[in-house]
Amino acid sequence: MTRALIVHQAGPGVTVQDLGRPGYLAYGLSRGGAADRLALCEGAALLGQAVDRAALEMAGMGGTFEATEDMRIALTGAPMRASIDGAALAWNASHPLPAGARLVIGPATAGVYGYLHVGGGIATPEILGARSAHLAAGIGAALAAGDTLPVGPDRGTDTGFVLDAEDRFTGGEVRVVAGYQTPMFPDDELARFEETRFTRDARGNRMGVRLAPDGRGFASRAGLTVLSEAIVPGDIQVTGDGAPFVLMAECQTTGGYPRIGAVLPCDLPRVAQAAPGTHLRLRFVPPEEALAAERRAAEARETLRRRVTRLVRDPRDIRDLLSYQLISGVIAGTEEE
Amino acid sequence: MTDTDRSNGKAAFPRIGRVGLDGLLVSFGDRLSEAGNRAALAFRAAVERESPEGVEETSTSLVSTFLRIDALRTDPDAVAQQVQALLDSRDWYGADLPQGRRLWRIPTIYGTDLAPQLAEAAGEAGLSPEAAAREIAGTQLRVQTIGFAPGQPYLGELPEHWDIPRQQALTERVPVGALVLAIRQLVLFSVSTPTGWRHIGQTGFRLFRPEAAEPFVLRPGDEVIFDPVDREAHDRLRESGPDGGATCEPIR
Repeated sequence: MTRALIVHQAGPGVTVQDLGRPGYLAYGLSRGGAADRLALCEGAALLGQAVDRAALEMAGMGGTFEATEDMRIALTGAPMRASIDGAALAWNASHPLPAGARLVIGPATAGVYGYLHVGGGIATPEILGARSAHLAAGIGAALAAGDTLPVGPDRGTDTGFVLDAEDRFTGGEVRVVAGYQTPMFPDDELARFEETRFTRDARGNRMGVRLAPDGRGFASRAGLTVLSEAIVPGDIQVTGDGAPFVLMAECQTTGGYPRIGAVLPCDLPRVAQAAPGTHLRLRFVPPEEALAAERRAAEARETLRRRVTRLVRDPRDIRDLLSYQLISGVIAGTEEE
Repeated sequence: MTDTDRSNGKAAFPRIGRVGLDGLLVSFGDRLSEAGNRAALAFRAAVERESPEGVEETSTSLVSTFLRIDALRTDPDAVAQQVQALLDSRDWYGADLPQGRRLWRIPTIYGTDLAPQLAEAAGEAGLSPEAAAREIAGTQLRVQTIGFAPGQPYLGELPEHWDIPRQQALTERVPVGALVLAIRQLVLFSVSTPTGWRHIGQTGFRLFRPEAAEPFVLRPGDEVIFDPVDREAHDRLRESGPDGGATCEPIR
C-alpha cells in the first residue's frame, strides 16, 4: 500500500493547510493557508522538516487516523486530547505513529485550531501552487471518513521531541497598527476602542472573527459609504452594528466596511486561537514598534528548531509520563513573543 | 482630471495610504469614476513593470492600486517614496485601458425563480421587469475590477436610475453564476455566498476554474454583454461546459 494517512473519522472542520497561495490577490483569491501559521512552523521544527509541508488543521475537534506505513507525527496549535492505541500523547511534541495503530484526536482543551503534522507532509496534489483548502473559494474540501491522504517521503527518523510553545490560546492583548481609514474614527472612539474589553463571538471562522464589545459599538464618520478596497488578513472591519470583525486567512480580497486598524501578523494566531467567550484587548502601536515586534517574531520562528528538546522518558513509565505531560501542559506561557 | 479637495485647494488624489503592516494603497478617488478606474489599472501595470524593491504583489480595486510589501526586508516608507515618484511622473487619469481586452457574450436568464429579485430591483429603478431586463441586456458593461472572490468581476456602469442601494437584509446565499445588482453596478458571482445585492439574472458561466490552465477567466477592461436566453436554452447551455454558452472575441 502506498504511503498514506487514512481518515476513519473527522470533526467538521478538518482541512489540509499549508502557508497558502500568495500572488493571486489581483484575481480575487486571498492567500488562505493555516489559521495559525506559527503552529505550522512549530510542527516543522518538531519534525525537522521544511515549513512549507502541508498538515491537517483541526477546528475545535480532531478525528481518528491510521497510517499505512510507520510514520512520524507532531501535534501543535490548540492542545487537544490525543492518544495512539489508547496511550495518551503529549501535545507540542513529536511521536512515532506505527502502521495500523489508531491515532485518536479529541476536542480542544483550549484554543481553536490544532494541527497534525506528518513526516514528509501531506502530499495531496497542488492547486495554484499550494495544497491548502480554501473553502470560501471552492478549493478543496473538509475531510471526511474514508478519505485517504497521500504522505510524502520522510527523510527524518527521530521522534520524542517537545517544544515549549508560545501560549496564544487564552486571549489577552493584541497589537494593532493604524491604517489610512483609522482617521475615519474620532479620537475619543479610538481611545474607547483601546479601553474596551472584547469577547470573541460565536460567529467566527477561517474568514473572520467577530469581537463583541463590552458596551456600545464603534461608529465611523464615513458611515457605510466607503468604497470597496483591498483588504488583508488582520484588518479590523467595523460592520453595521459597530462590532469589530477581524479578517482571517481565508478572507475576501476587497471589502466596503471602514477599517479601524489591522492586527499585527504575529498577533493574528492569538485572535485565531481565541475560542468563543475568550476576552481580547486591542492596543494601537506605532509602525516602528509593530515592525520591531514582527521582526522579533520572525526571528523566534527561525530559531524554533534550536528550542526543541527531548521528551525525557523512562521506558517503564512511558504511558504515565506522556499523560503527565498532557495534564501539566507543556505550554508554559512564558514566551515573550 | 484630478479630484480636488475644494476646502484647501490641494489635490486630494491620488494619495498613498497604509493598509496593515505591509500594505500600501494608492487611491485615485473616493468614488467610482471611469478615469480613476483607468488610472488604477495603468498604475498597477506600471508598478509591475518597474517592480520596486520589496514589492511582493499588487492588485487593483475600483479606483485604487494595492501593493503588498515585504516589510521585514524593505521599509514601506522607502517604497512609498518610490511610488510617489512614479505617481508624479505622469497624469494617470488620462491612461488608456489595458491591452488585449475582449468582448464576452454571456447567456443569461433574467428573472424567473432562478433570479427572483428582478422585479424588486426594476421597481427600485422605476422600470417594469421587462424594460429592466431589456435595458441591462442592451448595455455593454466593462469589468472594472476583479475582487472579493476568485475571478469575480464588478461591472459598470449602468445609467443613473440604477443607483439603487444594497438591500437592508442579506440574501442568505446566491448560487455560482448569479448576476446581482446594486449602485449602478453588476457583479457576477464566482462562488456561492451571502450578499446584500439583488439577484436579477442567472448564468451558467464559471469564473474560477482552479484546475484549468487559465483559472481566472475575466480580466479588468474586458467588456460583457449579458444576452437574454429562455429557460430551455439556459438549462442546455449550463450542461454544455464551464462557459455556459459564453463566447469571446478580441476588442480592437
